[in-house]
Amino acid sequence: MKKVFALFLLVAVLLAACAPAATPAPAPTAVPATAVPPTEVPTAAPTAEPVELRFTYYADGVEADVMQPLLDKFMAENPGITVVLDVVPYKTIDEQLPVQLESGSGPDLARITNFGAYKAKLLDLRPILADSAYYEANFPAPILEALNYGGFPDTLTVTGPYVNKTLFDQAGIALPGEGATWEDWTKVTEEVAKATGVQYAISIDRTGHRFAGPAMSMGATLINAENGFTVDTPGFRAFAEIVKGWHDKGLTPKEVWLGAEPVNSCIGAFKSGQLVMCMSGSWQINGVAKDVGDAFDWVVVPNPTGEGGSTGIAGGSAVVAFASSKHPQEAAKLVEFLIKAENYSAFSAGTLALPAQKEVAAQGVAFKTENPVVLAALSAYTAEVTKLTEQAVALNVHPFAFAYYRNSANRIAQYLTGELSLDEMLVNLQQDIDKAIAEAQK
Amino acid sequence: MLLPMNGIRRVKNLFNRALSPLFEFFVSIADLLFGTLQRLVGVRGMPYVFVLPNLLIFGIFILFPMLLNFVYAFTGGASFLPLERPWAGTANFDRLLLCENYLEPRTCSEDLFWRAIYNTTGYVFFQVALMILFSLVTALILNRNLKARGFFRGVFFYPVLLSPIVVALIWKWILQENGLINGILTSLGRDKIPFLVNAQWSQVLIILISIWAFMGFYTLILLAGLQSIPADLYEAASLDGANPWQSFSKITMPLLMPTMVVVLVLSLIRAVQVFDIVFAFTGGGPGTATLYLVQYIYSYGFSSPNKQFGLAAAASLLMAGVLIVLTIIQLIVRREDE
Amino acid sequence: MNFSMRYLSRKKGGKKLDFTDALSYAYLILGVIIMFGPIIWLVLSSFKTSGEIAKFPPRLLPYRQQTAVVAGYPEPLPLYLVTLEDGSTQTLAQVRRVGLEAQLVDPLNPGKLIKVNINQRQPLESVYFGLENYKEGIESFNFGLYLWNSIVVTVLATLLTLLVNSMAAFALSKYKFRGRQTIFMVMISTLMVPLSVVLVPVFLVITNVGWNNNLLGIIVPAAATPTGVFLLRQYMLTIPDELIDAARIDGASEWRIYSQIILPLAKPALAVLTIFSVMWRWNDFLWPLIVLSRSEYFTLQVGLASFQGELNVQWNLILAMTVLTLLPITFVFGFLQENITTGIATTGLK
Repeated sequence: MKKVFALFLLVAVLLAACAPAATPAPAPTAVPATAVPPTEVPTAAPTAEPVELRFTYYADGVEADVMQPLLDKFMAENPGITVVLDVVPYKTIDEQLPVQLESGSGPDLARITNFGAYKAKLLDLRPILADSAYYEANFPAPILEALNYGGFPDTLTVTGPYVNKTLFDQAGIALPGEGATWEDWTKVTEEVAKATGVQYAISIDRTGHRFAGPAMSMGATLINAENGFTVDTPGFRAFAEIVKGWHDKGLTPKEVWLGAEPVNSCIGAFKSGQLVMCMSGSWQINGVAKDVGDAFDWVVVPNPTGEGGSTGIAGGSAVVAFASSKHPQEAAKLVEFLIKAENYSAFSAGTLALPAQKEVAAQGVAFKTENPVVLAALSAYTAEVTKLTEQAVALNVHPFAFAYYRNSANRIAQYLTGELSLDEMLVNLQQDIDKAIAEAQK
Repeated sequence: MLLPMNGIRRVKNLFNRALSPLFEFFVSIADLLFGTLQRLVGVRGMPYVFVLPNLLIFGIFILFPMLLNFVYAFTGGASFLPLERPWAGTANFDRLLLCENYLEPRTCSEDLFWRAIYNTTGYVFFQVALMILFSLVTALILNRNLKARGFFRGVFFYPVLLSPIVVALIWKWILQENGLINGILTSLGRDKIPFLVNAQWSQVLIILISIWAFMGFYTLILLAGLQSIPADLYEAASLDGANPWQSFSKITMPLLMPTMVVVLVLSLIRAVQVFDIVFAFTGGGPGTATLYLVQYIYSYGFSSPNKQFGLAAAASLLMAGVLIVLTIIQLIVRREDE
Repeated sequence: MNFSMRYLSRKKGGKKLDFTDALSYAYLILGVIIMFGPIIWLVLSSFKTSGEIAKFPPRLLPYRQQTAVVAGYPEPLPLYLVTLEDGSTQTLAQVRRVGLEAQLVDPLNPGKLIKVNINQRQPLESVYFGLENYKEGIESFNFGLYLWNSIVVTVLATLLTLLVNSMAAFALSKYKFRGRQTIFMVMISTLMVPLSVVLVPVFLVITNVGWNNNLLGIIVPAAATPTGVFLLRQYMLTIPDELIDAARIDGASEWRIYSQIILPLAKPALAVLTIFSVMWRWNDFLWPLIVLSRSEYFTLQVGLASFQGELNVQWNLILAMTVLTLLPITFVFGFLQENITTGIATTGLK
């Protein structure tokens, strides 16, 4: 008995020893204090319980800096609500958020990219929104369905190639027109690279997402009739062989597909002026403009054409509210605020992102830049949006899109290094995706 | 170097003078508590009291999660809540161990698991061997009567303090295609070297970088071993007419052996666990050339698109099993030494 | 051959600098270059703009293009060294570039527009250590708060580690009690399993304890390091038992024996554990990433990682912030260098 008591005492000591840790830890009040705009006066809503919404957010560039003023404005309009933006590494969104939600410790809102993965965990906003009709009418239905009507796409991206126009001019070669194929582009960029003494001709970001666009343009149908994935199609094979050809002939910077990042972009090589053509996407515009500066002229060209059309892949991010939120009303209020044309447009303008909101898209966004090259690139990408095929839109909202994206990047890399033959690569990739789907549906 | 040293010493003294009353105060407060405890449980109960706080934390946050891995390994599904996972029996182990030909990863059901095993084996072998070689040479040199020995010791130790991610970042910045070394080669009119995209290069570099990052630690341990060898042994040997090579092979090596075993074991454990540096440096590539076991487990365990916790847990149990067997062998060997 | 043999042997006396000494110094100096060179390169790179980081071939020092204010143009114009048609070179300011043609003016005589091919001009640059990356990095998140969190976590976790590990090591080395062997073996076994393979159950446990988004969640779990217990136990074994017996005869309590005899004698081993604990906690990335999702609790390492988006990595900011996170640990090391190196040496880690 004595021993038990002693143990009990010791636990108490231990807890007491840990307790001081809590005091020097910054009191949570410290952060809202910085986040709360000066306009919020406690007298404004004396009766309402103050509500704090946690908004888990990731940024590729300036998004958080553009979002914060909008939230400040929201908080000024709604004195009872505090929104705290938790800017986390993308890794957290990708890896930690799903387990967090499952354990019931998730945030109220988050910015996500894996549209189809959350489904039942999202809060159906339709019954809560003051004007649900506006919400439903102003965003593409397939995206809202994938999100279970639990949020909205805050950016729309589309994949497409960047081309170094100055190198074409120096080589005295004209840019191929609208109907050019990937074979044509491979040939012509190789000529340009040779003529100008530039090291690399052509490249594509390392991910199944970027890869899918050209493959689909060459006739691949990734999503099969049962809404599963079938990778072994002639179009997919054909584009895989083209990319393999780039690697074997030394036309492409190998670090893109064989390097470290889970998603690796060719845009770095493009910015340094060492690459004629880089197949990436609309989210890079701002960075390219900034880092290239006056070094050379660059343009965004239409996606090359094949028997499947000339399609990029849709993408982007979405702001969603979770069903586990204790403040669904307030979360819905914030969503309602953010999808208002005026606010949505401010976000698009500040981040130079294409709008997915139909009213905003129809009005046109006054992008916060005077750089004509950037504006030209934005309108080139806007044109690509209209050319997206049904599959190209469906892919990004597929619940297992990420299983395809990541596994294909790894498997295709194995094919490019020669570890696997084309046939083995396709078999293995198919198995990877099937296993991931089977495990998730158990 | 000397002046700041003095300054540092003075600051340290101040520090000590300020801290020791604080420490005294803490000791006497705690003495009241532990005195009570001692009256309750007696002297023979005190070791349990002393070991308990550590054991509690260890049990809850280290041991228990590891034991939970058993639950995951024998269940399936994508849920991470153990109770919501359907029983799967040995299915996860079967998947990992199913191979037509164990020497040929591509014939295995989980080809990447086997590639990771072979890669890890090769890495561990060469990394440990080279690590010991480099640390030993450095320790032998630092053991000589040289000027600024303390400074050089510090220099070799400094990278040990860097986080693996920073180590990878630093070296990537130097070795990548547009990095420093290729920049120098290009300006000398030479061809670039594909450090990161060539399987052999990246395998070799991972080994060298992990040696760069951690050899300082082993060097210091070996140095300690060298310094504990009595100097009169060497004097006696030279009086007997032994040449330097003889005194190295007949005195230094045998007496250094126990320290060498420590270094061998510690570096072996670390090498098998290699992850962060590689993950940030090559990401396992090119292809799967530097895919090691822990990364394989991580990519199925926490990384979202594959979320097959059962498979990851099964792989981690297989790995832990092998490691624990290795440790036990090591403990037995060392007991025999003593 | 003889040289290499003498090289391997211990040096006796040491009056004159002989060949093997020279060789040793050469090795050590090469070591300094290899050990510090990469870090210096990191520091230099952290001053470069994102555009310059992307450039190839990279240059050792950070450069900025020089600009000049020219009458008639509101913005300062970038300066170029231009080779004119007559072969002479002149410093000109560029007004604009159209395709392959650059249009420049003489800053002193801005009236006349000079048109040349872009290959005939070289940007005029000068070395410039700008703090823009540092400023932007610090401003883009709550740097002060994250720094404070990192310090709190590092200091408290280290103190707690020292306390609980040394208590356990004391028990395991100086008492014979039932279960001692078992406890020691279990701890040693877990030494083998890296955290990265048990992330999911760890997350589950933390969540159930309720330490998600709580600094305790990163301070306490890390305190019971098997490595620390192992290291301290091995060192305490070398402390003679007679001291303890004598103290007991004098009527000292067990706690007094631990705190006033064992701890002071174990100082070198405690110094080693201190630096390792500081380093582990300061550099820790994976554990905070699992435990923390609210920004008021973020540590510097988590903040640093948030420059990695899905599609874009802001390398210039990562480099600058990495250099900042290196400063404290470098400082602590410089401060404790002697203690650490001699500590490891005297601990011997037997």
